Amino acid sequence: MITAERKPIEEIMEYVKPYKKILLLGCNECVTVCYAGGRKEVGILASALSMAFLKQGQKVEIDELTLERQCDPEYVEELARTIQQYDAVCSMACGCGVQTIAGRYKDKPVYPMVNTKFMGASERQGVWAERCQGCGDCVLAFTGGICPVARCSKRIFNGPCGGSSGGKCEIDPNVDCAWQLIWDRLKALGRTDLYERIMPAKDWRAARDGGPRKIVREDLLA
Amino acid sequence: MELKTDSNLEKVLRAGHFAVTGEVGPPRGSDPEAVREKAAHLVGKVDAVNITDCQTAMVRMSSWAASLICKSMGLEPNYQMVCRDRNRIAMQSDILGAYAMGLNTMLCLSGDHPSFGDHPMASNVHDLDSIQLIQMVRGMMDDGKFQGGAEIKRPPKMFIGAAANPFGDPFELRVLRLAKKVAAGADFIQTQCIYNMQKFRDYMKMAVDKGLHEKTYILAGVTPLKSAGMAKYMATKVPGMDVPDDVVKRIASAPKEKQAEEGIKFLCEQIEEMREIEGVAGIHLMAIEWEHKVPEILEQAKCLPRPQV
Ligand code: SF4
Ligand code: SF4
Repeated sequence: MITAERKPIEEIMEYVKPYKKILLLGCNECVTVCYAGGRKEVGILASALSMAFLKQGQKVEIDELTLERQCDPEYVEELARTIQQYDAVCSMACGCGVQTIAGRYKDKPVYPMVNTKFMGASERQGVWAERCQGCGDCVLAFTGGICPVARCSKRIFNGPCGGSSGGKCEIDPNVDCAWQLIWDRLKALGRTDLYERIMPAKDWRAARDGGPRKIVREDLLA
Repeated sequence: MELKTDSNLEKVLRAGHFAVTGEVGPPRGSDPEAVREKAAHLVGKVDAVNITDCQTAMVRMSSWAASLICKSMGLEPNYQMVCRDRNRIAMQSDILGAYAMGLNTMLCLSGDHPSFGDHPMASNVHDLDSIQLIQMVRGMMDDGKFQGGAEIKRPPKMFIGAAANPFGDPFELRVLRLAKKVAAGADFIQTQCIYNMQKFRDYMKMAVDKGLHEKTYILAGVTPLKSAGMAKYMATKVPGMDVPDDVVKRIASAPKEKQAEEGIKFLCEQIEEMREIEGVAGIHLMAIEWEHKVPEILEQAKCLPRPQV
């Protein structure tokens, strides 16, 4: 899923300051799962903002709403009738949700309330870690199911570099060395032969380097 | 003796001499004198001198520029290139430029992560990894083609080096990764600084068992321990470095003013041992801000004079 963290309240207040009435808009997908921008966090931020502005002698009217999916035009359409009453939308969705609002309601200011972080998985309660960079040409079949792009600090395809030490990455003793993990998995799978083959230079066109990406599924086009 | 390049290091190695390479780190400024001062100590004392490429991710004078300064002094630069700072377009372009200016020996490296240096906010490129860089240079030279497939007019002929750390983890991968570098086309290998001689011997045995010493020249990396403080720092603070306790103790047990001398003595003993280890084709002396001591060290280690080939 996509992970996010709420922005500091001071930054959010700077965005909201000029407005009298805002819509604080959550999303029921990834940001709900990672406790950054679901219904509950919308409520918490709304109270925090009201209080903080009150302290400064300013009154801001805040309505709360959480859409099923903010990155989907079908759900974003639900705002069509009500959005005019707000001076601005404060979106607690990831960057994709914020942009879907911006694209649909062209004259309405929209502000991000969270910092969108990465595509990751939950390691345990309260901990999420990066797992995929969406490189567009997945190599997990050759690396024991551990991603060298997202999890090696130097995205090395033929690792480990000389800095791997005791299973940890040279940049930080709290970061696992992806290539130690890959090697351990290949051994467990009895596929150490996969290590010996040189992984060729990556074609980064499939990743962000080729320009903004798009998927068009002819079979689904209406 | 068939030579692939004009590299002096290649000539020395192919003639069967025990090679000696040194190192000069370019300055954090634009003064060519700063390069010359360090390099002057090495003229005539080494077969090639590594010119580091923004080591520890600190901005320094570019490796190719400092290489040219050293070349003009009669040294043979080993032009280092890291994958951290440039994509394959910039790399190939720099290699053409370097060869045009007479550089013919280069070292392909991953590079330290930006978080080690003074620009931790920099983008961390890694378009290629070091093994893919070796492959690319090999292709430029042997096939006369850019990685994109187009033909190169006057392909660069580089004696291609790579680094190896016998002490990184996991140990069992160390020789396997060395084998990948050799398969990618590395003509020579320079290792990380060695202090743990037993582990290095084990490593070399594994390399020799795989026949790697017949496909590439392996130069053993050495760095003099200047003090007990440095020994302790290397032992605990540098990732992938292995300094055994008894080595730290040996330096520390010498009186403070004699520790440097003891460090050099230990180094000379190491070199003496390394000559006897099968598959070791020479040494790579990284003096790290102690360039002025290099002639004395090499004299004491019986590495002088250097062969004229
Ligand atoms: S190889 Fe690419 S697609 Fe596969 S997990 Fe890694 S970044 Fe994601
Ligand atoms: S230590 Fe491991 S994870 Fe870190 S950069 Fe090196 S190979 Fe990658």
